[in-house]
Amino acid sequence: MAKKEKIAASGPKTKYGTILTVLFTIISLLWISPIFVVILNSFKRKAFIFKNPFGISNVPITRGYDRWIKGVEKTFVGFLNYTNAINKTGFFKAFGYSLFITVASVALIVLCCSMCAWYITRVHNKATKVIYLLCLFSMIVPFQMVMFTLSKFANMLHLSNPVGIVIVYLGFGAGLAIFMFTGFVKSIPLEIEEAAMIDGCTPIQTYFQVVFPIMKPTAITVAILDAMWIWNDYLLPSLVLNVNKYKTVQIAVQNLKQSYGQIDWGAMMAVLVLAIIPIVIFYIFAQKYIIEGVMSGAVKG
Amino acid sequence: MEKAITRYWPVFVLPTMAAFIIGFIAPFLYGIFLSFCKFTTVVDWKWVGIRNYTRIFFVNGKLDTTFIHSLWYTALFTVVTVLIINVVAFAIAMALTKGIKGTNFFRTSFFLPNLIGGIVLSYIWLMIFNSVLANYSKTIVSTQWYAFWGLVIVVCWQQIGYMMIIYIAGIQNIPGDMIEAAKIDGANSWQLLRDVIIPSLMPTITICTFLTLTNGFKLFDQNLALTGGNPGKMSQLLALNIYDTMYGTTGWQGVGQAKAVIFFILVAIISVLQNKLTTSKEVQA
Repeated sequence: MAKKEKIAASGPKTKYGTILTVLFTIISLLWISPIFVVILNSFKRKAFIFKNPFGISNVPITRGYDRWIKGVEKTFVGFLNYTNAINKTGFFKAFGYSLFITVASVALIVLCCSMCAWYITRVHNKATKVIYLLCLFSMIVPFQMVMFTLSKFANMLHLSNPVGIVIVYLGFGAGLAIFMFTGFVKSIPLEIEEAAMIDGCTPIQTYFQVVFPIMKPTAITVAILDAMWIWNDYLLPSLVLNVNKYKTVQIAVQNLKQSYGQIDWGAMMAVLVLAIIPIVIFYIFAQKYIIEGVMSGAVKG
Repeated sequence: MEKAITRYWPVFVLPTMAAFIIGFIAPFLYGIFLSFCKFTTVVDWKWVGIRNYTRIFFVNGKLDTTFIHSLWYTALFTVVTVLIINVVAFAIAMALTKGIKGTNFFRTSFFLPNLIGGIVLSYIWLMIFNSVLANYSKTIVSTQWYAFWGLVIVVCWQQIGYMMIIYIAGIQNIPGDMIEAAKIDGANSWQLLRDVIIPSLMPTITICTFLTLTNGFKLFDQNLALTGGNPGKMSQLLALNIYDTMYGTTGWQGVGQAKAVIFFILVAIISVLQNKLTTSKEVQA
């Protein structure tokens, strides 16, 4: 609510307010309409998806209600596509792996990178300076540059599983996370930490009891940005993971397309809906943090 | 205090740095080395000098235009998406900072596609494109230009909401009295936009431009899922071209790695330019 008032306060009320509201209602509904089209089609018989993607009957209503309603019955198959999709892709297993990899990687990145960032900001020597520069540098390197060697190294080090890939994500995501945390640590006044140390805290106690709580806003930003990245990432897990054994949601979706390009569109529609639902639920609950995370994380690039 | 902390490096720095070396430094350095080798795995390399780099452009003494094609295809794609995304995102952001009713709902819906990953997003649109184009006996990969505009639509749908959020943050930061003053001086809305709003948004515009620029240049998932590079290899953006070279044909891993090095240099140049041009680095939210 506070956000809404802030927006309202930033500009005078326009005289075209109502017209704009109506216009934007239409535009924003159209904007998310592809998602509704997918939900609609996920309940249709395969053959009807492409024939009439936006309608609900294969007979036009002008030919009488009875015929039309028969057409509706013929078009829809209930949850058949969903059971098909779940069996074909092993969706729930893939969902579990995606969830585990995302949560574990984000937790590890936030914990380890914030510790590292605090250390390299507070300790001034050549090594910490080099680490900081390397982090900056890693942010401009595209994944394609390291994809071959990274996936082979991960294989050799037995990291080709959901636990191992967490370490790979920590390594590849460290640059941005450390960069964002150091930006924040620099603004924390030294006196607070010094007081804690004089009172007899070890650096580890100082960090967890004093510094980390102060860093919470940045930690949330980093967590949101990295969660969006890792959950939706396709290429890295498809190369690093042993895909015969472990699939993430993105890999499961892509694998529905067979090597010769054939797609079971009924199952595809269902699996797309299944992939979108958790994101929408997450968005509804974490919207405030996501929007703020994007605003303050705009440096990523 | 610094001395007390320094001893604790195994706790604070070691875990991250070990992962950083495995996940970034070692693959990066070894990747550069391998771009000068013929190899199929990381242990069976043979030094070949710059042969991989010449093979990007010349195969058996003949000019091979696949890489050059995907280079300018990517450049064109990037320019088009940067323009559309930024203009539309800015326009929406302007409208959504006027305090109209329903602003929160509009903002929420515009941002939603951004949370959906590139693969899922592309299959949603592949279904819509192909079912509409089926009426004209066409598909999204009928020609490279169908593929091009298909990709543009998907990427715009995904990123406009994201950039809109950053623009909204920027617009809210413009001091209200500055706009009031301009109005009292008799500025009309066009003058207000051109002489007050856009100049004070320059840092935001720079950030959004470079975000969309690098996103466009590095695009991969949508390209793979929507067009797969078809028809032929005509709709391959750079990232997919590299992937295809590396994993599509055996014996070409070295050339793929060499392409990746060139790709890295291009992205690095863009990023360095960004650093030079960005006057203020952060959007104060």
